[in-house]
Amino acid sequence: MTELLTANDLAVWRGQREVVRVERLTIEDRETLVVLGPNGAGKTSLVLALASLIPFRGELRFHGEIVREPIAYRRRIAVVLQRPLLLDRSVRENAALGLALRGVGRHDRDRRADAALARLGVAHLATRPASSLSGGEAQRVSIARALALDPEILFLDEPFAGLDAPARESAIADLARAVGDGGVTTVLVTHDRDEALSLADRVAVLIAGRIRQVDRAESLFVRPIDPEVAEFVGVENVLPARVQASDDEITRLVIADRVLEVTATPPAGELFPLVGIPPDDIVIARETPATSARNAFAGKIVRVEPIGRRMRVVLDCGFPLVAHITHRSARELALRAGDDVVASFKATTPHLLARHRRAEISPLGSFAQGRSSRSSPLG
Amino acid sequence: MDLILAGLGEAAVRLVTGDPDVRAATTAALAVSGSATLLSIATGVPAGAWLGLARFRGRELVLSLVNTGMGLPPVVVGLFVAVLVWRSGPFGALDWYCTRQAMVVAQYLLAAPTVAGLTAIAIQSVDPMLRVQLAALGATRGQTLAILVREARLPILTAAMAGFGAVISEIGASLMVGCNIKGDTRILTTAIALDTSKGEFGSAFALAFILLLLVFAVNLVTTWAQQRRRPA
Repeated sequence: MTELLTANDLAVWRGQREVVRVERLTIEDRETLVVLGPNGAGKTSLVLALASLIPFRGELRFHGEIVREPIAYRRRIAVVLQRPLLLDRSVRENAALGLALRGVGRHDRDRRADAALARLGVAHLATRPASSLSGGEAQRVSIARALALDPEILFLDEPFAGLDAPARESAIADLARAVGDGGVTTVLVTHDRDEALSLADRVAVLIAGRIRQVDRAESLFVRPIDPEVAEFVGVENVLPARVQASDDEITRLVIADRVLEVTATPPAGELFPLVGIPPDDIVIARETPATSARNAFAGKIVRVEPIGRRMRVVLDCGFPLVAHITHRSARELALRAGDDVVASFKATTPHLLARHRRAEISPLGSFAQGRSSRSSPLG
Repeated sequence: MDLILAGLGEAAVRLVTGDPDVRAATTAALAVSGSATLLSIATGVPAGAWLGLARFRGRELVLSLVNTGMGLPPVVVGLFVAVLVWRSGPFGALDWYCTRQAMVVAQYLLAAPTVAGLTAIAIQSVDPMLRVQLAALGATRGQTLAILVREARLPILTAAMAGFGAVISEIGASLMVGCNIKGDTRILTTAIALDTSKGEFGSAFALAFILLLLVFAVNLVTTWAQQRRRPA
């Protein structure tokens, strides 16, 4: 793949405060890069700077050339903002607006606008006034307006944030298809992990204005680089461990007197790494299963609670452990707080992180008393 | 009560028969106030759009002055224009005293701050992110301004209507610089005042009815503009 856009030493300031600093970020041709981060992380500032829509310090290279003419650069990209921001005109006129601003003739721009509306499934709305659209329809028109331009890069700043869940899911599916069919290089900003997983080739995690990790989507969500990234991408189990022994195949770790076997090797020289265990990869059973999983821990259920389409099971296995299972599994196993169960996972599941900060795991004794600490799911 | 009923009856007759004095005053009022409003739109809308968008040192002061202009007492404007076009005044050579031109100037000075001030508010009320979106679509500064003015067209229409409403009902300045000459500078308001002072209530009522009708029409357009739904 070739680098389409590169940001070097990019910094955005709001008044006296630096809100974003990115040493280097590349966007590859035809990829979908998702910038994932919590609210207030600087995602919008980053995407607006990458689109040269706000002042920034540093260097932006498009096709290897430094961006010096913002309007010329913007006429080769497209940006979809959080709100549709449609004009008080017909849907077709809105979809064709960018083309009209570029001086494209009416016949050609209407044809391209109609094609873009069709890609987003809203061609039937073409003659309707924009003021009559629902939020979901308006955002699709906004995306169509961007796609009609055949942009070299499509920037999307949380375009589905204002939609309800069904409208969002449907819009994401349509966007994925529209972007995928056209092979459009896309940068999507979101705080939603599901959106990131649905659309991303690569994910850049932005926390407090800094990019903390850029990785393939499937790697990042199971191999976050540090506890903060892990916390944000949903790896709830980040536990402080001690290396007991390590050979070519297996590393044995001790967590609260329990021994884990993992295939990952500790970060260089790290005797007290953090262990990240994705909750989705933990299996809950009533009895110790006869499987090839190298890790099985008897424990007691502290809490079972719904989180959207899954159930979150908080366990006390001598150390805190969180598992995500389906509603059906929870129902069939009749899981309740206080039940004795066995949690198991393969040695390949956990990954090891360098301990950048002091772990905040609570001692076992405090779990039962419900004391909270930031990294303890039992609180 | 008889006086009122008799006045209203005479007014109805004058309106139905198209009384020449009533027609002349109405035509003059529409010509003078219409011209003043058109001039104030031509200058006030661009000035207001610029004020709404530009960021410069002293902008608040300029906006405050414009807002003050929206409440200018007509007699003060009348005095000012009268002095300007007085025979020995700076523009005496134009010989505009007691003419419709002087009335247009006076009414323009009354309407322009209203149009400019309300246009600035109208432009500022357009979502600030729309400017970012337009820039993202590759709009130049001129294209952005044109689109924003078009997006704010209904509030700007309201501004123009407010300007017209202010001057069509005004009497002080028009009387001072127009001299209320029958068939020329006599407009609805000055004619009503004169007829009332002479006890000719039938004529005054007829003129007042037309004036109210015009003010109602202005408010009808304004209300329609304010109630219209905007896109998401």
